[in-house]
Amino acid sequence: MAIPIEMPKLSDTMEEGVLSAWLVDEGEEVSSGDVLAQVETDKATMDLEAFDEGVLLKQVIAEGDAVPIGELIAVIGEAGEDISDLVGEAGGDGAAAEEPDAEDEPEEELTESAPEPEPEVEGEPTPEPAGDGQLSERTPEPVPAGTDTEGRRIKASPLARRIAQEHGVELAQVDGSGPEGRIVRRDVEAYLEGQEAEPAAPEPEPAPEAESAPTPAVEEAPSYAMPDEEAFEREDISQMRKTIARRLAESKYSAPHYYLTVDIDVEQAVELRADLNELVEEQERAKISFNDLITKACALSLHDHPYVNAAYRPDEGEIHKHNRVHIGIAVAIDEGLITPVLRDADRKGLSELARETRELADRARTRDLEPEEFEGATFTTSNLGMFGIEEFTAIINPPNSAILAIGEIRDTPVVEDGEVVPGKRMKVTLSCDHRVVDGAKGAAFLDTVKSYLEEPMNLLL
Amino acid sequence: MATLQFREALREAMTEEMERDDDIFLIGEEVAEYDGAYKVSKGMLDQFGHDRVIDSPISELGFAGLGIGAAMNGLRPIVEFMTFNFSFVAFDQVINNAPNMRYMSGGQFEVPIVFRGPNGAAGQLGATHSNSTEALYSNFPGLKVVSPSIPDDGKGLLKTAIRDDDPVVFLESELMYGLKDEVSEADDYTIPIGEARVAREGEDVTIVAHSKSYHIAMDAAEQLEAKGYEAEVIDPRTIKPLDMETIVESVVKTNRLVVIDESNPFASVASEVTHQVQDRAFDYLDAPILRVTAPDTPAPYAPNLMDAYMPGADETVDKCLRVLYAQ
Repeated sequence: MAIPIEMPKLSDTMEEGVLSAWLVDEGEEVSSGDVLAQVETDKATMDLEAFDEGVLLKQVIAEGDAVPIGELIAVIGEAGEDISDLVGEAGGDGAAAEEPDAEDEPEEELTESAPEPEPEVEGEPTPEPAGDGQLSERTPEPVPAGTDTEGRRIKASPLARRIAQEHGVELAQVDGSGPEGRIVRRDVEAYLEGQEAEPAAPEPEPAPEAESAPTPAVEEAPSYAMPDEEAFEREDISQMRKTIARRLAESKYSAPHYYLTVDIDVEQAVELRADLNELVEEQERAKISFNDLITKACALSLHDHPYVNAAYRPDEGEIHKHNRVHIGIAVAIDEGLITPVLRDADRKGLSELARETRELADRARTRDLEPEEFEGATFTTSNLGMFGIEEFTAIINPPNSAILAIGEIRDTPVVEDGEVVPGKRMKVTLSCDHRVVDGAKGAAFLDTVKSYLEEPMNLLL
Repeated sequence: MATLQFREALREAMTEEMERDDDIFLIGEEVAEYDGAYKVSKGMLDQFGHDRVIDSPISELGFAGLGIGAAMNGLRPIVEFMTFNFSFVAFDQVINNAPNMRYMSGGQFEVPIVFRGPNGAAGQLGATHSNSTEALYSNFPGLKVVSPSIPDDGKGLLKTAIRDDDPVVFLESELMYGLKDEVSEADDYTIPIGEARVAREGEDVTIVAHSKSYHIAMDAAEQLEAKGYEAEVIDPRTIKPLDMETIVESVVKTNRLVVIDESNPFASVASEVTHQVQDRAFDYLDAPILRVTAPDTPAPYAPNLMDAYMPGADETVDKCLRVLYAQ
């Protein structure tokens, strides 16, 4: 019978203890009274004694770890005993930690669109009688009392508060008829009846006329009659937009971003693409876009720069350097944005990349992607060049450690051998998560990308 | 339906059960030869003999303990206290041994025993003979506490109490023994412990009252009706376990509650009902919960003081009107 050893309360004020040293190794025999470990409390370092005999089967926490009182720190039992139920599946499950990308529209939507039940005054529902004093089971939660305009507490019965809340009535508007001005049910009901009798919104007071202003002889309606509508159109926040908002906010808040921009000479790459496309046209294969060249350049570069192809996993206390290169391509669709993933982009030829990219993008626009087709990117690119954007900064697609923002290819005068000549240039900006990718590492990666694109024959090797 | 006095309904319950089960016996002061101090056990000695209807010495601690020992050994005693004021002499047996034996023996012993007798004030009996014990006994886990207000409930609940495998404190009233009312003649008529009775339905205010107070509540409800208010009267019948579901359901409907309890007010049944209602139905309350109880003093002897001491219908009406904001 395995015995769990928990962090003991070693002082009155102790809330957690730091296991400063293990004095018994896993597998060692212990008997009652043996000192298992030293625990540092808020006051002192104290010995943690065993009260039982057996073998120390598991040190659940490591030296230096701080855990609250009552947390499992070790297990004693018979040698070879199965303690999995005590220790549990320690360690995370990497797969589950992978956030599903945009387009998870499960139960939340239902609760959102479900019609609000009409609040009732009469015939309230019977609350489920809770267990003895089970506050959590009590329905509904108490409605707090408000204060009036002068900050004084408004006296109202709990029922009156609840009815007022259900009907959106400000208690400060209601006169109380109970003892000491307490607002009771009948007062709120009388107020609500009064509201129904009156027009919904009170007429705005006419603006006082300026005394000196000459009274116009004729009263005319203003010529710019405004439609009697709200000044904005309401739109429910879609599930995809919620996901975008949540993930990108999380990324920008938690990953310290910094940005590196480089101007790449793409003259040769443009030529190469034209040549390649003559070939693929003959073979009736998918045309290669310039973006495909960049995807390939990134994929090959990531091989040499593992931290750019990594994920920062603070919960697990680890950085995951991915062995494979899966490149997410941001695709704008009507509802928002989604990033289909080109798996093992480093191992695929340009024409295969081209075909797959087009196919995934088409299905992204019709929202026919399977979750596995937009999950699991290890690096992402976003291209706004086609919109004439010269350069921009992108927000990292978590849990990636970087994203490449691609600008337009532009004809620009460049200085070559002391002479101004026409050139073709493209700016790309790498957003890096500083927790994983330090400045020099990001710059080195960009340099590799740049050299692939400036000597594009390397992409074909 | 037969019209019976309360004492006759209780006697029917005991007699029927003793006819059904030879393990049941009645013990107490003057229960046999004298037919019971309040004639509840009249004729039972003749029917069941000295082995099963036993006159005890004036020694509550002794015969309560004897009862518990007998219960642990397989019999099913009914222990009558001449009044529950005398149960204090046997307090240790009632609150310590009876309710804890099953728990402390790890379930090896059951204590199927009923402690019954009159409870509460009964006219000019003086402070030591006017105690209400329901809150006291309800405080001890392991004891069930039953306190019926009408003969029919008395019969049905006493039969259930006798059949219960754990100790039950069954509280009667001297002043109600002569109360006549209809009693079911159904075969094997039992009423479950722990179920309240909605004695009168109403929309405006809930009155919770047990035992003698129940009759005050019904009086008050009639007076309120004359004033245009419909009171809902709930008789819990069992103090522990207390049927809070029925009470809460009623308060959710009426939004107001007055509890009558002739005990002293501090830590009384009324306190407990009040606490539980505010816990479970806080947002349904439109007024504070008010209580009608004896004051926190010893019971007086003088009749005029005793009248003032005991809860009454006028005070109940008054408090109902207050929670109705009608005053």
